[in-house]
Formats: sequence, structure tokens, C-alpha cells
Amino acid sequence: MPDALIELFSEEIPARMQARAADDLKRLVTEGLVQAGLTYAHARAFATPRRLVLAIEGLTAQSPTRREERKGPKVDAPQQAIEGFLRSTGLTLDQLQTRDDKKGAVYMAVIEQPGRPAGAILAEVLDGVIRAFPWPKSMRWGSGSLRWVRPLHSILCILSDEAGAQVVPLEVDGMHAGDTTGGHRFMAPERFAVTGFEDYAARLKRAFVILDAQERMDLIAHEIDQRAFALGLEPVADRALLAEVAGLVEWPVVLVGEIGPEFLDLPPEVLQTSMREHQKFFSLRDPKSGQIVRFVTVANRETADGGATILAGNQKVLAARLSDAKFFWENDLRNVRQIGLEGMAEGLAKVTFHNKLGSQKDRISRIEALAREIAPLVNADPNQAALAARVAKADLRSDMVGEFPELQGAMGLYYARAPQPDGAPLPEAVALACREHYQPLGPSDSVPTNLVSVAVALADKIDTLTGFWAIDEKPTGSKDPYALRRAALGVIRLVQKNNISSPLLRLLNDGDALNELFILNRKLNDTWDKTVGGAGFEGSIEQIVSDFAAGNKSESETRLRLMPLPSTGDRLVDALVGKSSRAADLLAFLHDRLKVHLRDEGIRHDVIDACLAMPGNDDLTLLVNRAEALSAFLKTDDGENLIQGFRRANNILTQAEQKDGVEYSFGPDPALAETGEEKTLFAALDHAEQAIAPAMKAEDFPAAMAAMAGLRAPIDAFFEAVQINTDNQIIRRNRLNLLHRIRATCLQVADLTRIEG
Amino acid sequence: MTQTTQGPRSFQEIILRLQTYWATKGCAILQPYDMEGGAGTFHPATTLRALGNRPWAAAYVQPSRRPTDGRYGENPNRLQHYYQYQVLIKPSPPDLQALYLGSLRAIGIDDTLHDIRFVEDDWESPTLGAWGLGWEVWCDGMEVSQFTYFQQVGGHDCRPVSGELTYGLERLAMYVLGVDHVMDMPFNDPDAPIPLTYGDVFRQTEQEYSRWNFDQADTDMLFQHFQDAEAECERILAAPGADAAGRAIVMAHPAYDQCIKASHLFNLLDARGVISVTERQAYIGRVRALARKCADAFVMTEAGGAAAGAPA
Repeated sequence: MPDALIELFSEEIPARMQARAADDLKRLVTEGLVQAGLTYAHARAFATPRRLVLAIEGLTAQSPTRREERKGPKVDAPQQAIEGFLRSTGLTLDQLQTRDDKKGAVYMAVIEQPGRPAGAILAEVLDGVIRAFPWPKSMRWGSGSLRWVRPLHSILCILSDEAGAQVVPLEVDGMHAGDTTGGHRFMAPERFAVTGFEDYAARLKRAFVILDAQERMDLIAHEIDQRAFALGLEPVADRALLAEVAGLVEWPVVLVGEIGPEFLDLPPEVLQTSMREHQKFFSLRDPKSGQIVRFVTVANRETADGGATILAGNQKVLAARLSDAKFFWENDLRNVRQIGLEGMAEGLAKVTFHNKLGSQKDRISRIEALAREIAPLVNADPNQAALAARVAKADLRSDMVGEFPELQGAMGLYYARAPQPDGAPLPEAVALACREHYQPLGPSDSVPTNLVSVAVALADKIDTLTGFWAIDEKPTGSKDPYALRRAALGVIRLVQKNNISSPLLRLLNDGDALNELFILNRKLNDTWDKTVGGAGFEGSIEQIVSDFAAGNKSESETRLRLMPLPSTGDRLVDALVGKSSRAADLLAFLHDRLKVHLRDEGIRHDVIDACLAMPGNDDLTLLVNRAEALSAFLKTDDGENLIQGFRRANNILTQAEQKDGVEYSFGPDPALAETGEEKTLFAALDHAEQAIAPAMKAEDFPAAMAAMAGLRAPIDAFFEAVQINTDNQIIRRNRLNLLHRIRATCLQVADLTRIEG
Repeated sequence: MTQTTQGPRSFQEIILRLQTYWATKGCAILQPYDMEGGAGTFHPATTLRALGNRPWAAAYVQPSRRPTDGRYGENPNRLQHYYQYQVLIKPSPPDLQALYLGSLRAIGIDDTLHDIRFVEDDWESPTLGAWGLGWEVWCDGMEVSQFTYFQQVGGHDCRPVSGELTYGLERLAMYVLGVDHVMDMPFNDPDAPIPLTYGDVFRQTEQEYSRWNFDQADTDMLFQHFQDAEAECERILAAPGADAAGRAIVMAHPAYDQCIKASHLFNLLDARGVISVTERQAYIGRVRALARKCADAFVMTEAGGAAAGAPA
């Protein structure tokens, strides 16, 4: 049972690709070996910045012999058929056997494939794996045609057993496999030969290479902890950075450096951005103040001066970055003091949001209008919401965000808390909205709950959605360049988290109206002013819109006034009266996203469909409550059985209605009830209806479902005892009317016809 | 292990040492290209010579202009005019990383004391229709060079692949010389009879160009020049294959000059803030189209690998 060792030694592999590449190497090679008939006991893969390594233990020394029998043509078949068979099997006539078949004697080819040695198989498999390795991005180099993530320098491939190690003969693009590798690029660059995995790992360590990424990570983390502890500080945990840094070094050396005292007042986000994103530094925090006071860099080597030069260099780079940041910070604060965050926002007129949807400033005025409208729905102060909308994106004009775009929102918070021209900061709710109105940015990002933030966040997303819908830039397939699915999910999560119960369609129409108005105005300014003026267009569009809003002009009058703007004018009026087809389409899009979202929460799509079919489905909170209640109900025995009963009632009724061509909706007469079961069902329906109506009114779906559950036993008993289609037409009609009442009662809660059995 | 007994003392000494180093490694030491451009890559010795199958090895200093980076000479390390040191070797030699590290030693960066890292950074030039894979090289956390294996230039696959090294000279020199503000950096020997700093040479021009770039450049004229350069580039490439005397000459370089010009004019317009976000892409696309056509033309020439004397 030999062991195999493979090392692919290259120039520096991007840190983010290493772990995946090691897995791929292991998977592809072992799959290839197994396919070729080998087995193995255990395989482990490793990656460092310069090598991918696979160690396989207990490999079978050769693949088993394979015997295959193939039936050929009859012995007396035409010559051509026999020759064809010989060609396909690669045998000669005298090698064929004959056997007796039902139809007579036939030729039989017995092909025996002898087992192959593991080395030959490994060489073949590895060759294929190297040539078609699934790097996310690969390249050529020099004059060769081989592709690898960066130039590949050597291949180590050996099989070792008690007798010793043997190089597997393999040549890829002129590169011959061997049994040597190199140590650390700077500390031990010499090449050396190895005899097996243990020997390899041990020699590497002596050559300043820690093979296992996990070991490097542990070492770095441990060292940081020790150093922090000694300084009375605590490290800021950062798994992702740890993994990345472990992919940048073969011989990690942890160094702790100072952050100049002049920088300690900078916001922590600023320190973090410069340190983490740009320099890949860890942060050490003072546990008392929470302030970040030291940085940790991980070098890739030991030096004679104990890292002093390296640390000094890193410190200098950080100081240069932070002095830039400090300069921006102070400049921005001065600017805020002079013109305020609102003044800063004026500059957004120069920043294009989208060619067809105007500048960021245009967009902000739409968001402001929407935020004002949303505020009362979420119990926020409308004036604060409007102010927050006006300043929330002002930091895009700050020097700091200009330099570090990832700090958008975070800086807005600080600048809103800073003194404005009147010497006072903006209200805290407004400051928070600056940061929070972008949220939630993804399915796992937190959802704001501060009222003003919620209003602005919703307004922001509704403007985005209605804007892109207005210019017909909807997501298609995998293309969603404006992240509209994310915006839609944001709306859903904001509504859900904050329990906002309000018809969304109104807001979507308003968002559409604002965007249509903007687009119309822009067209008017661009091209139509003269011709439209000539065509008797009176006043501004704003005037026409506000006349309608104030109730001074009717819908038809407004349509008439906008006549010179063919079709686009009608689109605007549609939105103003809440009948925009784009808003309706957008609602359907939101429903689709909601389905995906709820499915992730374990609610079946048919349950959601049953609730979507009910009126008021643009109130997402109502919709979700209903869906959750129904989903829970269906998981109970009562629920499951009631659905059966409902379905039976509905089927019989639907058939009868189709057959008779009438609707049995007259209301059944209890006086015509013949059996006890029938009478009990009447009573139960009375009882349930009395409970369901107020529960529905209070939107208490669990209570409504519970009341419905009370119908289960009477319905079951009714179907057990009673035959609907009796000869007595009066009784039959009454019973069908009774079924109709069951259906109507149940359908109050959700469209149960959509529940799949 | 240190090869140099003493570190360099001035900006120019670093340049001279790089020139000497790469000369001893067999590169042709070329001179800067005599046109305004945004980076050393624009020099035809890189852009065009990376195409085709003829071996090539060149190194040179290229003055580079990035109008939007102007800071009136006040920022410690941002300039609208700066220098890049550029090395291009085709095919990329297997020991290019070692050669590169040797160049750092040559300018006084002792790798037994410093932490030198190759950190993933893929390079792409949308205006040149070019991309490659490689790294930014960090020395003690500071980016000192860009290291790229060209995969495509002007829309053509690079076969063989060129290795490209780009050193940002001011930043690198400030680091080696331990200077905090670029304008304080000794340009010549600090003990020379007339010692000059970088500021003595460039502070005034930084101020003058910053003003012109940001406030004064005549945008109507620049737009016109852009169109002219674009038109001339296309006209040159559309000219008949042979001249009146019957000489078959493809004019790839004169056309490419116009492409460089268009690219720089675009940068100037960008600095003046007259190109909107959406228009930006369109302008970049127009320059890229020129670069592609120039590349198409170059590969038809002898230097571009077409067989000598083959009919164009």
C-alpha cells in the first residue's frame, strides 16, 4: 500500500483561491484514481501561497484486472460484420471464442484488461487535473500553452512504500515531475528532495514553511492573543482577515505596531478601513474605552533586527494613509460647520444617479416626498424623515467618502452628529438614518428599527424600484445590474421586521408618479417646450399635478390638461389615481421575492399563493401573518383534515355547479336538515362564522384558523353520514347550498383551493 | 546578502541604478516616449511590442500624466505628473520574480530585513483593451510595484506572454530615501554644489498644471482635438497598403500616436469634470476601439511578427 505525495509549486496564488484549490485538487485527483480502479485510505490537501499539496495514504499498488466479454456476430455472418467486430475489439480472428447461442454459434470476444500500476494511473490522472484545473481565473506565461493561476514552476509527485520513494514519471508542458521542492522564498530558497509526506512536512518546517493553513491561522491567532494580553488589550476578532492573511504568508511572524496618538480620535470605521482593507492589519482595542489603539501586521519572515525595519515601514505606510484620512476628516468637519450637511447635499446635483433618472439630488427630492408620506405609517416624525432624506446621502460629497467609498453612510452619521452652521448637531434620529437608510444591504444584513431610518430606508428602496420600473430596466434572468432584487427584499424585510401594516400599492403608485413626473419634466425641458407650448399646454406639470391632488381638478380634466403629452401624460395620471400598471407589475415582483423569502423561512409556495389570492395582498405584513398562520395550521391534524373536507366539499359543489349551470349561493335552510350530522354542521358553521368574522376584522389569523379548525369534525361527520346527491331535489339543492357555505366560510381565511394535496 | 554597499541618496540615483541593473540583465534601455500619456504601458515599446511573437526586452523611464491626481504640489505623494519605470520582457522569463527582487536589492532594499510580498492584483486597461494577471508587490506593507503577465492587448491574445514590471518611481524613492513629502526628496546628490529637491524641479509645474487641468483647459478645444485624433487614427489605418512609389508600409505607429493622444485628451476632459458617468464609458470605448485597430495593424507589420516581406 504505497502513499502518494503531490506538490504543485508556483508563483504566489491569490489568498482567496487557495482553500478552494486545495479541495479541488483533492477531489479531482481522488475521483480520477477511484474511477481508474484504485482505492485509498485517506487523503489530505494543503495550500500555501506558493504550493498546492495532496497527500494520499494507503493507495492500492495497482488497479484490478478487468475482464470483459463481448458478444459478436454469428459464426456464419458476412465477412464484413466479422471484420467490423474485430476492429472494434482490437483482436484477431484466432483470439475470438465461439459459443452456442439460441440462434446458433456466435463469436465471443473475451477482453482482459490487466491491472495497471498506481504510478501510471496517478501520472495520467494528475496530468489531466493540471491541464483542466478549475481556477476562477487562469493564465499563460512565457511561450507555453499550459494554464495555471500563476506560472507553475515544479511538480513533485512521488509514491513511497517500505522500499522507498519513487518519482512518478510525468511530464506536463515540458515540466518533469520530481521529488524536490523549495523552502521559504527568502529564508530558505534552496531546493531539497523528500521521501514522503512526513518527511516533506518536517523538512518544509525546517525551511520556514508551515504547510497547513489552519496551523498558520492558529499560530497567528494565538500570537495575537498573547501580544494583546501582555499589553492589556483585546484583539478585534476577524475570521475572514485571519484566513486571508494566512494565505499571504508561509512563515507568519506577528508584529504589533503603534497608531500615532494624533489618529486615535478618528472614527473607528476610518481606522478599520485603512488598516484592514488596505493594509490587512488586525486591530487591538482598549477594553475600557473600546478605542482601537494598536495594529497587528503579520510578516512573512523573521529578520535579524526582530522585525524592527518591517514594523517601522508598516507604521509609516499606515501613518501616511491615516494622515490623508485625518486631513479629509478635519476638512469635512469644517465644511459641515460652514454649510451643514444640507449644504453639502446640494453638491449632489453634480452626481449622476442614472442617465434617465437624473442626479442624486433629483433622486433625493423624490425620496424626501416618499419619506414624508411613509413617516406617519411608521410613527416617525414627517419633518425629521424629510430632513433625514435630504442629508442621508450628503456624505457622498465629503472628501472622506470620495477617497474611501466603502465609508458611505458611516461618515454621514458622524457628520450629522457634528456641529452644523447653527452650532448644534442634527437630531440623533436623523444621524442614524444617514447610516441606516442603506440597510438592509443583503439577506443577512441587519434591518433598521429606528423610525426615521425605516421611513427613509423604505423611501429609498421604493424610489429605486419605481424609478427603474418607470424606465423599464427590470432584472432579467441572472442580470440585475441595479440590484433591484436586493432592494425588493429590503422592502420586504423592513416591512416585516417593523410590522408595517399598510397598503404598499399606494406607495408604489406614488413612487411611480414621482418618477414619471421627473421623466416628463426632463423631456419637456429637453425637447418639447416649444412644440408643447404651441399645442396649448398650460402651466407646469407640477401645477397640474397639485391641482389634481388638491381636488381642484378631476381625473378626466387632468387627463385633458396633459393631452399634449401623449401616453406619458396618461401614465402619470394612472399613477396619481393609483392605477399604474408599472406599480402593479412591481407589486407582483415584490410578491415573487416574498415567495422566495418565505420559502427560505419554511413556508410552502402553495400556502403563499393561497394567501396572495386574498384581497389586501399589497399589505405585506398582513400577507405574511396570514401565510404564517395558515402554514402553522396546515401542520396540525385539524388543518390537514379540514383541507380534505374543504376539498371534498369544493369538488362536489364545483361539479354540481358545472353540471347544473347554476351557483348554489342562496344560503342553505337549516329547516331542511334531515340528519343530526347535518344539523350539527349548521350549528358549527354559525359558531365558526361568528368567531371568524371578528377575528378577520382584527387580522387575528391564528384565531380565525382555530375557529375554522372547529369545523373539521362536523364536516367529516357530515360527509360520513350524508349523501349530497339524493333524489330529492330540494334536499340536494339545500345540501349543495350548505357546501357553498362551507366553501365561503373557509375562503374568508385564505384561498384554500390553491393548497396542493 | 546585501549586494549594494550603500543605499542610493537621491531620486536620480535610484533611476540610474534601475537603468544599470536592467541593462546588465539584457534589456534595451529605451528613452521615454515623446508624447503625453497616462502610464508607462502606453509607450509603444510596451503596448505594441507585447503583440506578436518576436522576443523583446526593454526598460525605460516614462513620464506619466494623470490630470485628476493634481494637488497643486501640496499633497505629500500625489502628482499630476510623475515617473514610472517600466520593464517589458517577452517571453516572460521563468525567473522574472527573482530578476525583479534583484532590482529591489540594486536600489538598496535589503530583503533580509524587509518583508516583500506578492499580493493578488489583476491588471486591466479598459482603454487599451488589455488585461493580465499578477500582483502588486508590497514592501513592508507598501505597494512598490505592479507585476503583470500580459494575457491580452488591444483585443489580441499575447503569444508568447510578456512579463511587465511597473515601478512608481516617486513613491518607491520616497520609501528608499526615507522622505515623507515628495517635494522634499533630493533629486540630485544632496552634497552636490547645487543640490536640488524634487520640489525645486516640480513644485511650480504641479501648481501650473493643476490650475490648467482643473480650471483652464479649453474643453471645447479638447473635445475637438479628441475628435481630430480619433479621425486621424482611423484615416491613417484606412490608407491604402502601399504608397505612391509602391512601398507597402502599414502605419501602425503613427496611428497609435493618435490613440495615445485621444486617451490623454480624454483624461484632461475628465479632470475638467465635463464627462458624465454615462459618457465616460462611451469615451473609454472609443479609445479602446482605436487601440484595437492599432493592434490589428501592428500585427501585420514585421515588428509585429508578420513574416518579413510578406504581402500586407
